[in-house]
Amino acid sequence: MPINLKEVANRQDKLGPGHRMCAGCGETIIVREILSVVEDPVVVADATGCLEVATSIFPYNAWRVPWIHNAFENASSTLAGAEAMYRSLVRQGKIPEKNTKFIAFGGDGATYDIGLQWISGCLERGHRMLYVCLNNEAYMNTGIQRSSATPLGASTTTSPAGEVIPGKPQWRKPLTAIIAAHKIPFVAQAAPHAWRDLMTKTQKALAADGPSFINVLAPCPRGWRHDSNETIQMTKLAADTCIWPLFEVESGVWKLNYKPKEKKPIIEWVKSQGRFRHLLQPANQRVVDQLQAKVDEEWEELLKLCGET
Amino acid sequence: MVKGKVVALDGAKAVAEAMRQMNPDVVAAYPITPQTEIVQTFSQFVADGKVDTEFIPVESEHAAMSACVGAAAAGGRVQTATTSAGMALMWEVLYVAASTRLPIVMHFVNRALSAPLNIHCDHSDSMGARDAGWIHLFAENAQEAYDNAIQSVRIAEACMLPVLHTQDGFIISHGVERLQILPDQAVKDFIGTYKAEHPLLDTDHPIMVGPVDLPDFYTEHKRQQVDAMEKAPQVIRRVGQEYGTLTGRTYGLVEPYKLDDAEVAIVVLGSTAGTSKVVVDALRGKGVKAGLLKLRAFRPFPAQEVAVALRDKVAVAVLDRSMSFGGQGGPVFLETCAALYNGGGRARAINYIYGLGGRDTTPDQIERAFQEILNISTPGKAPVDADQSERGRQSPG
Repeated sequence: MPINLKEVANRQDKLGPGHRMCAGCGETIIVREILSVVEDPVVVADATGCLEVATSIFPYNAWRVPWIHNAFENASSTLAGAEAMYRSLVRQGKIPEKNTKFIAFGGDGATYDIGLQWISGCLERGHRMLYVCLNNEAYMNTGIQRSSATPLGASTTTSPAGEVIPGKPQWRKPLTAIIAAHKIPFVAQAAPHAWRDLMTKTQKALAADGPSFINVLAPCPRGWRHDSNETIQMTKLAADTCIWPLFEVESGVWKLNYKPKEKKPIIEWVKSQGRFRHLLQPANQRVVDQLQAKVDEEWEELLKLCGET
Repeated sequence: MVKGKVVALDGAKAVAEAMRQMNPDVVAAYPITPQTEIVQTFSQFVADGKVDTEFIPVESEHAAMSACVGAAAAGGRVQTATTSAGMALMWEVLYVAASTRLPIVMHFVNRALSAPLNIHCDHSDSMGARDAGWIHLFAENAQEAYDNAIQSVRIAEACMLPVLHTQDGFIISHGVERLQILPDQAVKDFIGTYKAEHPLLDTDHPIMVGPVDLPDFYTEHKRQQVDAMEKAPQVIRRVGQEYGTLTGRTYGLVEPYKLDDAEVAIVVLGSTAGTSKVVVDALRGKGVKAGLLKLRAFRPFPAQEVAVALRDKVAVAVLDRSMSFGGQGGPVFLETCAALYNGGGRARAINYIYGLGGRDTTPDQIERAFQEILNISTPGKAPVDADQSERGRQSPG
């Protein structure tokens, strides 16, 4: 269905104002973009994390849709339980069929790390639900610790830039490809600056007859060390440097959604955020070179998968 | 009273049969010895179209309890089954289920915890979860496991608390016994229909499940859980009475056996109650005033019943099938002593740790325990205080 931004923007937000997320947080922008195109009834599950703690402090509730939080690692299985109950009750005629949609939100810690097994199980069993990773590339809720989504060289409190070690020594887990390897109907990587792309992907994901997954880059001004008014520029730069390509895998077919006219060098990404500041020291040039090499390597692989070469 | 059908089943299959008759909306479970027989028997019922259940064959017990929480919050009847390490893995979510006040029913089988790995019965698994906020019911045999399974649904829904009912691994779960099962319609009528008060699936009336509590509300929510648990005894009794009217088998929180005029008594849970009854009968035959107090409910702990039942006894032997390392005894012992103390009882109590990792507990051993408490109940016959703690560490065998 084509998206009319004016119309979509006029719909009542399902995540209401009054929550306690930080100014400039990428997560709330993404959640509102995603939920704005959900016209059917929807049930939301949320993993423990920033979005969860800042929208549900009892007795306040920022959500206008049914919402459940269970624990850190199990938003997927919790939602799968609700989805199974929905199917059971509809099949038995105990409740009417309402075409209800099921969406889980989890951060990169909940998704890449502690919750991966639960997600994998849900995907294999084929629950009809969308899992969205709000990927801000570290454990931001506990105060900026490294995750397997944190990129090479980034300084976090558990991969700090020190006298000897210049930030996180490892690259990052290729999660979107790992999810795609489950051969589910729809998998995508997206970012909030490309709003039409994200909304279209949401529509495709929810129309899929089975599980779907979208990995969305979510800048964190506190953790990335950029100004809170730069959030949207950040993901634009991520797409232009190709450190966060926008693509989708629909029924096994890989498709590139955005190819920059001119691929920007990774140093522009590095310079834009305080978490990489130490990499600007001449002694750490090799880390920037490694980062560029990893980005180039994955970009070339992606182009091949998407038939772009 | 309805006429039951006499069948030969082991405890696991008896419980699976009860599950078929109850026809839950969602079951999420994972295989683990010795519970597997429950989940695989039930899976066959699903495959044969004998139930309407949506069965979620999860990838771990943590996922099982996670899915149970989501499914129960969604608004319907939810059941699972597990044992031992499986329960240990779902630990975190046991608390979430109880604190979210979800009436989930867990068909449990008791098995030792690792290490060393051991698949046989003791109670260390469910005893470790005794403070998670679930109701715990123990069965003496396959009949009671079947009966408890059916009553658990009613108890859970009336209390808005999850219920764990358990049977001793292998001893009950894999021992074929003669038992009576109810006609399907009688089970259906007994459990009735369930309508969740605030289902997550009611998208016209959105609710929030599982919010954050800061220090200003956490205690209030814990207090509500305490209140719910305090109401549980009367619910368990009422459901047990009603079940008795239906089947002739009435249940309460405890079952005293030849206890009224007894001078010495054994306090025990689970299948060993059966062994102990045989010993009580034998001792009674010899003119010894021996009795037995079987605990059916461990959570809520029936402190008042225990205090009243044991108040006038001279000595009691409390049998624990699990350890509390560094504690002053096993969990049944500690609860019993506290009940006696608060109830003004004067009985001397000795703790016996028995049957760990499936070690057989024989009538001889129970008889020896009786002999010891008879000795300490006779002034001057045996040293009492000096070695009580040492005895507490000894198995009767």
